[in-house]
Amino acid sequence: MQRYKNIFLLMLLAMGTLGAQQTPAPAQSETISITGATLHLGDGTVVEDGTIVFQNGTITAVGADVAASGKVIDAAGKHVYPGIIAPAKSLGLVEIDAVRPSDDEDEIGGMIPHVRSLIAYNAESKVVESMRPNGVLLGQVTPQGGTISGTSSIVQFDAWNWEDAAVKTDDGIHLHWPQSFRRGRWWAGEPRGLRPNKDYEKDQQEILEFIRDARAYGKGANAPLNPAFAAMQGLFDGSKRLYAYANGEREIIDAVSALKEAGIRQIVLVGGYQAHLVTDFLTENDIPVLVNQPHMLPEYSDDDYDHPYKLPKLLADAGILVGLQNEDMANFQTRNLPFYAGHVAGYGLDKEKALQLITGNTARILGIDDRYGTLAQGKSATLFVSEGDALDMRTNKLTHAFIDGREISLETHQTELWKRYAGKYGQQ
Amino acid sequence: MKWRLSLLAFMGLGMFAFAQEYFPKNDGVKASNENYTALTNARIQIAPGQVVENGTLLIRKGLVVQAGAAVRVPENSVVIDLSGKYIYPSFIDIFSGFGIQEPKRAQGSGRTSQYDASRDGFYWNDHIRPEQQAIEAYQFDKTKAQTLRKAGFGVVNSHVHDGIARGTGILLTLSDSDDDARRVLDDGSGQYFSFEKSVTSRQSYPTSLMGAMALLRQMYYDADWYAKGNTSNTDRSLEALNANKGMVQFFAAGDKNNVLRADGIGDAFGVNYVILAGGQEYENIGQIKAAGASLVVPLNFPDAFDVSNPYEAKIVSLEDMKHWNQAPTNPKVLADNGITFAFTLHGLSKESDFHEKVRKAMAHGLTEQQALEALTTTPARLLGKSGQIGSLQPGRLANFLITSGPVFDETTTLYENWVRGNRDILEDMDRKDIRGEYALNAGGKSFTLSLTGKAASPSIKVMRDTAELKSNLNYSGDWVDISFNDTGERYRMTARVSESSDNLQGKGVLPNGNESRFTARLTKPFEAGDSDSDPEGASAKTPEVLPLTYPNVGYGYASPPTQEDVLFRNATVWTSEDAGILENTDVLVRKGRIARIGQDLSAGGAHVIDATGKHLTAGIIDEHSHLAAVAINEAGHNSSAEVRMSDVVDPEDVDIYRDLAGGVTSIQLLHGSANPIGGQSAILKLKWGRPASEMLYQEMPKFIKFALGENVKQSNWQSYERFPQTRMGVEQVFLNYFQRAREYQAKKDSGEPYRHDEEMETLAEILRGERFISCHSYVQSEINMLMKVAEKMGFRVNTFTHILEGYKVADKMAEHGVGGSTFSDWWAYKFEVNDAIPYNAAIMSRAGVTTAINSDDAEMSRRLNQEAAKTVKYGGMSEEEAWKMVTINPAKLLHLDERVGSIAEGKDADLVLWSGNPLAVYSRAEKTYIEGVPYFDLERDAQIRQRIDRDRTTLINMMLEEKDGGSKRTPRQSRKERFHCDSL
Repeated sequence: MQRYKNIFLLMLLAMGTLGAQQTPAPAQSETISITGATLHLGDGTVVEDGTIVFQNGTITAVGADVAASGKVIDAAGKHVYPGIIAPAKSLGLVEIDAVRPSDDEDEIGGMIPHVRSLIAYNAESKVVESMRPNGVLLGQVTPQGGTISGTSSIVQFDAWNWEDAAVKTDDGIHLHWPQSFRRGRWWAGEPRGLRPNKDYEKDQQEILEFIRDARAYGKGANAPLNPAFAAMQGLFDGSKRLYAYANGEREIIDAVSALKEAGIRQIVLVGGYQAHLVTDFLTENDIPVLVNQPHMLPEYSDDDYDHPYKLPKLLADAGILVGLQNEDMANFQTRNLPFYAGHVAGYGLDKEKALQLITGNTARILGIDDRYGTLAQGKSATLFVSEGDALDMRTNKLTHAFIDGREISLETHQTELWKRYAGKYGQQ
Repeated sequence: MKWRLSLLAFMGLGMFAFAQEYFPKNDGVKASNENYTALTNARIQIAPGQVVENGTLLIRKGLVVQAGAAVRVPENSVVIDLSGKYIYPSFIDIFSGFGIQEPKRAQGSGRTSQYDASRDGFYWNDHIRPEQQAIEAYQFDKTKAQTLRKAGFGVVNSHVHDGIARGTGILLTLSDSDDDARRVLDDGSGQYFSFEKSVTSRQSYPTSLMGAMALLRQMYYDADWYAKGNTSNTDRSLEALNANKGMVQFFAAGDKNNVLRADGIGDAFGVNYVILAGGQEYENIGQIKAAGASLVVPLNFPDAFDVSNPYEAKIVSLEDMKHWNQAPTNPKVLADNGITFAFTLHGLSKESDFHEKVRKAMAHGLTEQQALEALTTTPARLLGKSGQIGSLQPGRLANFLITSGPVFDETTTLYENWVRGNRDILEDMDRKDIRGEYALNAGGKSFTLSLTGKAASPSIKVMRDTAELKSNLNYSGDWVDISFNDTGERYRMTARVSESSDNLQGKGVLPNGNESRFTARLTKPFEAGDSDSDPEGASAKTPEVLPLTYPNVGYGYASPPTQEDVLFRNATVWTSEDAGILENTDVLVRKGRIARIGQDLSAGGAHVIDATGKHLTAGIIDEHSHLAAVAINEAGHNSSAEVRMSDVVDPEDVDIYRDLAGGVTSIQLLHGSANPIGGQSAILKLKWGRPASEMLYQEMPKFIKFALGENVKQSNWQSYERFPQTRMGVEQVFLNYFQRAREYQAKKDSGEPYRHDEEMETLAEILRGERFISCHSYVQSEINMLMKVAEKMGFRVNTFTHILEGYKVADKMAEHGVGGSTFSDWWAYKFEVNDAIPYNAAIMSRAGVTTAINSDDAEMSRRLNQEAAKTVKYGGMSEEEAWKMVTINPAKLLHLDERVGSIAEGKDADLVLWSGNPLAVYSRAEKTYIEGVPYFDLERDAQIRQRIDRDRTTLINMMLEEKDGGSKRTPRQSRKERFHCDSL
């Protein structure tokens, strides 16, 4: 009984403290111009002393010789960036990892493409809110776990509810390709560490059979309705993307080859720890990669200590369309996306190309590049102003951020506590 | 008890070769056999290094009477002529489990932990079982005995392989025809210990290696206290432990580092253990030699991995490949270093592999004499039984082998294994040796038959001209059957081997079914070492063995890096001192210390490094780390103050190297947060390639881990048994332990006798201000609570680690004088970090708290420079102050600021050269020095990568070659676990 009381209490506490997000900003009412800034366009180019003008949420002009109009923000010496995009994360689906009542990221079932993240997205998540002061303004809200985890949607991070958060609804399905190695079941007395997975062939066949069934279903009368098969249909006409999670050389080749043969039109590789070994294969098949963020340890003891740091560059140099994701890390870490890109730049990738890994490239990979990811005329005014280089933690200090032209608050639960206690000690 | 029962059973049978003289006999008349047996004309190995050619071994009543060249054979002798045969003393397995019943595994009861002992009248911990007697669990195992005799063994020393203290062993002979009254030579042949818990009890403590070590220490203290009559209760465990002190003391360490751990415990209590090694001692032979212990060594050389699939080959680490390649050198390396060692079958899955493994060791340089010593005289001596076993000198047991040749040769047949004068015939030695080359004419064709291999079971190769045919041979009794297949035509023949002719003559069946007589004419008799038995001559050439590296893993150095005098010229120097950041400055390192800081310094022979455009800093210090350890939590008690992380340092963890590549030079290896009072810290310098003992700081400041909150309450998993379950309970744990420690100290000071308590000793150090607390903490209430407990008990908390709500009580912390070591930006992973904010470090620091940024994570540890930089973003720290949070501030928290943490003359030269501003996300560590030794260097790293590729290729090719010989070991990655605070 005591146990249940505790859980109830915890739930009450959780509900009591999880509530308050900054109030979403109203729609853009007047034209805004940011002037005198270094504009990082997110397509690999920079405009020094540039101006960007936007109205009704859309960029109307951007460049060095652009006339300002409307409300002018003097950003001399500052930097402007497109809003950073966080792919493959369960942001808004879980608030506190260890508190089960707050966790909605992993539904039971192995192949559940019909399970949709969007309706569980908590637009008032404090974790989501904490993304914004670092420039992370959009995310792909993604179910976790299982083989086919479900269907993601892309949202912007300043909304009253999931409906007005949605940028692209049900954009893609997430498939975790089986692994040819498995970890020792140490709890059953096996040694830890990897060993060949004897079921690898079987595990693959199960997926491919499911996909074949789904495809056959789509060609028929579709009755009675099979929700899982129905959810898969967009993959065959190219209206949805398939995000295939694979890290090993063999798994990458297997996943891409088999999924293409199965009739899936748009495949995105997520992970790609050994993708540098199969770059020719990936370019031939025109597969973009959402590569693992650099803040991981090498998987094998003989790997280069800096393998995760330099991997994105190895792929980009090979001509692959590359974005960064941190799907296997806790959600709160996603605010470090700009610093992941910075770290990659430290290992040789041009800084503007590194920026593309979290903006322009990601938008293309997710299929939202018509509106997001770069600073260009006609695109959404989803961008931020930083006092300095946003990829370096010392200088990533936002003064303004806009989502679809709406100037959003940069305050959070955390900044409020900071101010309260700094005030207590007379530090401010 | 079983022993006595089986004795009764045997007595009914009555027919013994050697009946007990004083036993009554009712099934016949009493008589004795006083005859001799004389084995003549043999090459007798009386003991390793002592050979008699053409000698006689005279035995009687199971004992050796005499062995030598001039032995008078008495009239009443049965004579066996062994012309051309060899006699060896039979082997002894000093570390056997022969005949011992498997202990019964305790039944589980879900996830509920059992904290108390299950038994009354014994030690307080079920895993201490010195009262356990092997003789009580023993029953002679005929099948196993036969297997062992076939492998050449005559005597085994067995014990119950279960528990941390395992009780006594038995030494016995392996004769089927004897009874246990004669077989059992000693039912108290040794007292046994290990680091592994008994399967018969679910008692939780100890859950870790360091817990097992602490328990052994406490056991010895308690045994002493008990022996002096200080307790009112009866403890049969301690009584047995004390009673058996005079026996040989064995320790089942089973790993090269555990050998050192066991030896260290022995040294502390005046015990010289004979230690079971692991087979990797060639890697740390210097320390093994220095330990000076006698070893029991397994021949567990691993099989080659099947690396034919390149994807699968990828997961095998170079470390594991090298071990495959180098392990067979282990016996030779031990011998070369003068270490006393006996071999054991322990660790081999099949006894029948034993000879092959010995041969492998010999191919890698072990001599036959050394191998024999490890199987005969050495185990006999270690057991204190040289007068009885291990050689064929007069008076010893008649335990010997008769062989066709040198005992370990591949072509040698082991004919007979005599145990205590009982003859066990394994192969008929009178049977004719039919090996050799024969010419055969059949069906109008000529064939050549080559019979090679072992005399008892030869193998055959049939050739027609130069074509080798598929063939088969079976030699049993006096009959030999041969068949072969010549392009689809089958030939079969069978012959009775004749004493009078060397040819094979018998009946043949031709492919057309016609039967006829055939004769295969011997053209060339067999000679040992014929190239036929070894077509590639593979065993003739010394196998290629890759050199060791330091440590002996992928990223080890070819030779340990050495100290150098260095002048960093024209660097931007981040002093972490009042001097601040100095542009265009030189730093001179001499003899491991920072000798001078200034402009235009004279190199004076030092190696000059142009640091123009680069930044030089003190090495990063991680206040909270769990890398370089083999265990993290002792979770069996709510206090584990007695355990020491310094016991479980793993100097070969590749994350050490990766940390160096991130500019980290020192870490505090903390116990985990499973319990309110954790274990004693180890503070390490990351001297990659050096042994653990050299990584530990000299005069290491004494620290202990405490913990608060969800982990110690066990909030996040299903556990409702252990106190405390609430923060209220946590306070009571501390108050109670400190009160007891205070009373303990008072009793100790009074001069009265007291029970030495490892836990209380540690806590009393805290009360005396000699040991410092680093306390895992999250929310403000508990932080405040611990400070109040400390104030009440009269000491100061040294450090709050994690301390994510430190900002809420920063004023109280400053007043108490405690430091804070925190994450830069972690939060939201559990309920108690809901109010964690990245501004924490800045607020605490400004409030006057000495503040550090730590990792608790091997991945984050290697980029702590970036984590420090986040305090510039969050809270606006200056770069200079931000940098101190990973250098001088943690040094202060660890009481090491006089030695490390800043660039000041006289301090340890623990330095990092960065490609740019160390706080910039774009900068890399290019060189990392500890005490003037370059432990990481980007250029050297590039060379190592090449070497790894080269060595992997070499070894994969070697394995493929061996695989053609049939190796089928599935590729594996023997990866260690990575630890965090809550790793269990």
